[in-house]
Amino acid sequence: MSEVSLQAPPSNSPLAFHRKMLRHKPLGGIGGLVFAIFLFCGVFADVLAPYGMNETNMQKVLEAPSLDHWMGTDHIGRDVFSRILYGAQLSVIIGFLAAGLATVISIILGVLTGYFGGKIDMLIQRFVDAWMTFPDLVLLIVVVSIIGPGVTQIIIILGCLYGIAGSRIIRGSTIAVRENMYTHAAQSMGARTLHVLWFHVLPNVMPVVIVLFTTRVGAVILAEAGLSFLGLGIPPPVPTWGSMLSGGGRTYMYVGPWLALAPGLALTIVVYSINVYGDALRDMLDPRMRGR
Amino acid sequence: MQAFIIRRLLAVIPTLLFTSVIVFASIRLIPGDVVDLMLAQNDISSGTDRAVIEAALGLDKPIYEQYFVWVSNILQGDFGYSLWQNTPVAEQLALTLPITFELGLLALIVALTVAIPRGIYSAMKQDTLGDYLTRSFSLLMLAIPSFWLGTLVMVFPSVWWRWAPPLQYTPFFEDPLGNLAHMLVPAVLLGLSLSAVTMRMTRTMMLEVLRQDYIRTARAKGLKENLIIFRHALRNCLIPVVTLIGLQAPLLIGGAVILEQIFVVPGMGLMLLEAVFQRDYPVVTGVFLIVGVSILLINLVVDLTYGFLDPKVRH
Repeated sequence: MSEVSLQAPPSNSPLAFHRKMLRHKPLGGIGGLVFAIFLFCGVFADVLAPYGMNETNMQKVLEAPSLDHWMGTDHIGRDVFSRILYGAQLSVIIGFLAAGLATVISIILGVLTGYFGGKIDMLIQRFVDAWMTFPDLVLLIVVVSIIGPGVTQIIIILGCLYGIAGSRIIRGSTIAVRENMYTHAAQSMGARTLHVLWFHVLPNVMPVVIVLFTTRVGAVILAEAGLSFLGLGIPPPVPTWGSMLSGGGRTYMYVGPWLALAPGLALTIVVYSINVYGDALRDMLDPRMRGR
Repeated sequence: MQAFIIRRLLAVIPTLLFTSVIVFASIRLIPGDVVDLMLAQNDISSGTDRAVIEAALGLDKPIYEQYFVWVSNILQGDFGYSLWQNTPVAEQLALTLPITFELGLLALIVALTVAIPRGIYSAMKQDTLGDYLTRSFSLLMLAIPSFWLGTLVMVFPSVWWRWAPPLQYTPFFEDPLGNLAHMLVPAVLLGLSLSAVTMRMTRTMMLEVLRQDYIRTARAKGLKENLIIFRHALRNCLIPVVTLIGLQAPLLIGGAVILEQIFVVPGMGLMLLEAVFQRDYPVVTGVFLIVGVSILLINLVVDLTYGFLDPKVRH
């Protein structure tokens, strides 16, 4: 832990920060770059996609990748590359909104239970224990079966699922901050609880929050893909990376194996990039968690 | 040790209580009424009074009373009846649970045999190319979704070599080889994705242990490196790895759901999915409960084993 104190505090400008990351953590920096490209593709999918998401062309069914269709076409002549881009759009929307919701829930639950502690904290922690006992996917399947599939539902479910689980991490760092000198100083000067929480606790758990949010984006994208693969995610005809690997297209993969490649590859690259980027972020922002 | 066991057993009670409350809440949140479902499914709508059925099901009672009735039924092994097959849910669970456990156990064996040697290797060659490649590989295994790997295994061998993994389930006691041949591919895929975390953990623990004084003493004594690694270091580094098995139980069962679907393994995951699509809610909640309780029990056993292996934990 001795090298921790030698580290310079993170720079304030995001650009300078990421330049530093590229220098010290090349893999994480590249991951961040790929993550940025993915975001760009998702946001501008409508402009970038050469064909519509459900534009069929019966003359060009199951064509292998070519200059016209970079990733080939599927069994009803839809351009796979365009569908990958629209899939990225949906992944960005769901990833960011659900991870955002999850982070907000984690912060509220984690900061309050960590700061106040006591009996209510005990009770909530036992609930979180029970909640985290269930496998993500099983919990998701059961909840989707109750409230039904759809973009809004998926965002809310994933947000609650990861929000409750993530509150543990925020709670842990809140407890650490609570015991710090500056928090005690503020308290003894008579600062209001809300003031202490907002100006002393929250800024100091922020590094953890940023890392948590980033890694959650990856987890949410993967979970949504898994649900869509099982036919419980976003209903067709909206293209998602998960559903492109399942359903009607599956039987045609034996004729056009590229159909099995593109969505999985996109998913793996994006999730891998987010993971290594998140690891690098954690190492740079929060030295205490290094190597975990 | 006795005090430790008792303390650990008592600690499970509140979690178990909340687990049952979550499952019970999921039953109560089911859209439409259970009564509507029964009326629709069983064709007894004509002439039957809603109130009569509600009373028969105990739905007219206050919610906490319903909860206690439900819990006492579960404790007697009564999980209700499947809406579709009219068989007791408990009976179906008894058929599918061992299959999922077999898949999970095989996957665990794969994960440990892949992860532990690689973790040791990575720790011994820290910061070399080999360490770097091994770690990148496990990071990659964390990112690759198992359903994509499963899809690739189904599609490409059959396109290239006209070979496809077997999809016909045979019970282990009828045809052990046929059963293992079927389970092997999903078990390897599941094991590979689990091995990532175990490998990282083994590496971290090994690095920590290798820095300890007694390892330096062993080296100073002139012991052979192999003996140091296997006799002195590995034993101490594997104890925390045991706890990982408990932590991975949810991942194991969650991953099994998807792989069971791809490779048509008639375990709990496939049962859950089929029940979800058929809106067979008693089955859904039955699987839900069993999954939660089994993971709790696995964790309990793992914790007790940990306490047994490592005297420090007991206090």
